[in-house]
Amino acid sequence: MTDPTAPPPVSGRPRREKPEKIRCDACPVLCYIAEGRAGACDRYANVDGVLTRVDPLVILDRMASDGGAVVSFLDDGRDWGGEIVNTSDRFVTAVGAGTTYPDYKPAPFIVSSHMDGTDMVTVVTEGIFSYCGVKLKIDTDRHLGPETAAVRYNGEVVGHVSTAEYGSQMMSLGGVHHLTGGSKKEGRATCEALLHLCNRQAVELTVDDGASLVVEAGKPPVIDGDREERMRVGCGSAAIGMFAQQWFRHLDEVVVVDDHITGVLSEHQAGKLLDVPPTGIRIKGHKSTPGRYFRVAEPGQGWGGTDIVDPLSIIERFDAKTAWPGLRMLMVSTTGDHAAYYELDADLRPVPTAMPDPVAASVARVQENCEPALCSVVFIGGAGGSLRAGVTENPVKLTRSVRETLTHVTSGGAEVYIWPGGGITYMVDVMQMPENSFGYVPTPALVAPIEFTLRLSDYAALGGHMDSVRALDEVTGVAHGGLRHLGRGTDPARWPVLPHRFGWTVE
Amino acid sequence: MTGAGPFHRQLADGRLHLQHGPIDMIVEADGPAPKVTLAYRQAATRFDDLLSELVSELPLLRQPVRPASDCPLQGQVARAMAHAARAHLPGFVTPMAAVAGAGAAAVLRAMSDVPGLRRAHVNNGGDIALFLAPGAAPYRLGVVVNPAAPASPGRLVIGPETPWRGVATSGARGRSQSMGIADSVTVLARDVAAADVAATLIANAVDLPGDPAVTRAPAQDLSPDSDLGARLVTVHVAPLSPDRRAAALDAGEVAAQSMQALGLIGGALIVLQGTARVVGDLPFHATVPHPGKEALVHA
Repeated sequence: MTDPTAPPPVSGRPRREKPEKIRCDACPVLCYIAEGRAGACDRYANVDGVLTRVDPLVILDRMASDGGAVVSFLDDGRDWGGEIVNTSDRFVTAVGAGTTYPDYKPAPFIVSSHMDGTDMVTVVTEGIFSYCGVKLKIDTDRHLGPETAAVRYNGEVVGHVSTAEYGSQMMSLGGVHHLTGGSKKEGRATCEALLHLCNRQAVELTVDDGASLVVEAGKPPVIDGDREERMRVGCGSAAIGMFAQQWFRHLDEVVVVDDHITGVLSEHQAGKLLDVPPTGIRIKGHKSTPGRYFRVAEPGQGWGGTDIVDPLSIIERFDAKTAWPGLRMLMVSTTGDHAAYYELDADLRPVPTAMPDPVAASVARVQENCEPALCSVVFIGGAGGSLRAGVTENPVKLTRSVRETLTHVTSGGAEVYIWPGGGITYMVDVMQMPENSFGYVPTPALVAPIEFTLRLSDYAALGGHMDSVRALDEVTGVAHGGLRHLGRGTDPARWPVLPHRFGWTVE
Repeated sequence: MTGAGPFHRQLADGRLHLQHGPIDMIVEADGPAPKVTLAYRQAATRFDDLLSELVSELPLLRQPVRPASDCPLQGQVARAMAHAARAHLPGFVTPMAAVAGAGAAAVLRAMSDVPGLRRAHVNNGGDIALFLAPGAAPYRLGVVVNPAAPASPGRLVIGPETPWRGVATSGARGRSQSMGIADSVTVLARDVAAADVAATLIANAVDLPGDPAVTRAPAQDLSPDSDLGARLVTVHVAPLSPDRRAAALDAGEVAAQSMQALGLIGGALIVLQGTARVVGDLPFHATVPHPGKEALVHA
């Protein structure tokens, strides 16, 4: 507890001549907040020019419950049992750790709990991340825009198109340059786009010289108004390899149209192994290895992520010395969404023909093997100096403790991936976190939960704030202003505090 | 971005928590369950418009209150604030002195017309509006002097037979700025808006003008939007000698007594650096029996 006779804290740094005030837009009051002070609500404070926020603590409940409905009262008329302090295993997340006025306001929470006889502490804090962003994985073969093209939200550049991966287009949004390096408008738009994406809301993005799309975590992308249904089964060449066995008895030639690698059965290694005879087909584009062609067309919204509307446009001709009238050919995209069947006429020209049943079945098989297309939103942020200082007096020790797996890091109770190298830069799938785990401050920056769990003895060793350690029941009992319980079921793999998370359990 | 809207939820113990921007209310009703549910619904419905209603007239509410004949305020709650403040003219007072109390009163009023309720209270950050049906059990309110050491020095006991339906606390240790040095002043009145203004003004009166033990700063430096403008507010009070402490408490007691004589308040409990002064006929039941009307409390 603070010395009651001491002057109230003003700021960590020496006072400037003219303290900077912030306009808070968190509620209609629109307070101006002087540096080192809080707004009228005591929920938002100006700390060295950065606004700091809140909400109720979220507690993960190990016992299965009703799926974690947030206390809903008037909205749907349901009654809420609301038992909070019970005997089941609980894990306090950092969602809402910032403050819980009017009842209680210690931040961060440092909570001690027991795990298999070992005293554990969880340091729970909401981090303000002005160095943060979102990695988007959009399952589609369609061309969303050229690599490095700007991605816009509400007209402002908030990120760029990154690499294309297997059946997915990656995008990188946010980062310090868009959040705080550009115009104020750009920063706000970036913050809003990240916030909505992380809180699993739909966000409309446009790509310069590319598509406009609606992205929502865990949902199929909507590209230029079309909902993407399936991820492709593989590139054109891979599709030939996977389905050659099913095709060669019913077809003389198969072309799998793809914007990356278009595959041709008769020339492909898989076709050779099955003794598929040459067909004399001549494909436009760059031949890579036998049966594999690059750049048969420009990227676009047509067949297989190309600009192709008529697939025959990629075929230059059939060589008269090799081809024969009646030759049976399937052209299909990598998702099976586009397919056409042709037979060569007397002049060796492909003529669209009704697709035989076994061929139609093989196209259906391609479709069946494509997984549902989804948008994945992964938050990335670095736990910087001030955040780590809330945990220990010697922040680098926390970094080392994480490296040595003495400290387990979670975000809203969800597993995180920690990047190798310096600092604590982590990524987390927002679908694994409680809903609405993220907040923002008008700096602009995101507020994200982060928890550090470690043995009490290790916490003492790294210079932890031992005086602030509280028992779990104490925190849950005192913070009655705001607890939100989420059922996490009994699946041990999903529980944040388990012995296998820690280096010391494998001694 | 516009920020979060009004927020409702039921706490584990059944109480209702309402929050919007700076307004935080804990609401509790006693009675048959369907009546309580209905009361909570009405409370939350009334609550939803409260902040926007106040914000729409905020610049006027931050001005010194004007006489009733010249009152430009339109909103129901805004007018109730002005009414409560006006009782203290011609001194300096703005309707904002009653903002917490008037808000609590508005939400309580939305509940209290539900027939069959036994009791209800709305606690708006320490300013409490009470409803007590005839024959209901009295409310016992713990008085906490120092939030860091929440052991209560005593309780206020308020039953349906008393006229008091509002309790408010103000002081230099509270959320709002104070021009005085009282740690806290708790006031009992017929309604909570009246109690709120009175507590604010008594807390301002507990003062030692020019005393070097008191550090002050212009209100607007600490809170740029403050209705107190450039007026000095208390930042820190160094330990005072018993004489100085008594002098400050005397000043507050005089203010409280005159308000009691005018019928504005029922009584007040004034706390400064471990010393509590009781004014008026306060139904204060000390946890530890104390002689006379002045008691040492652990602050």
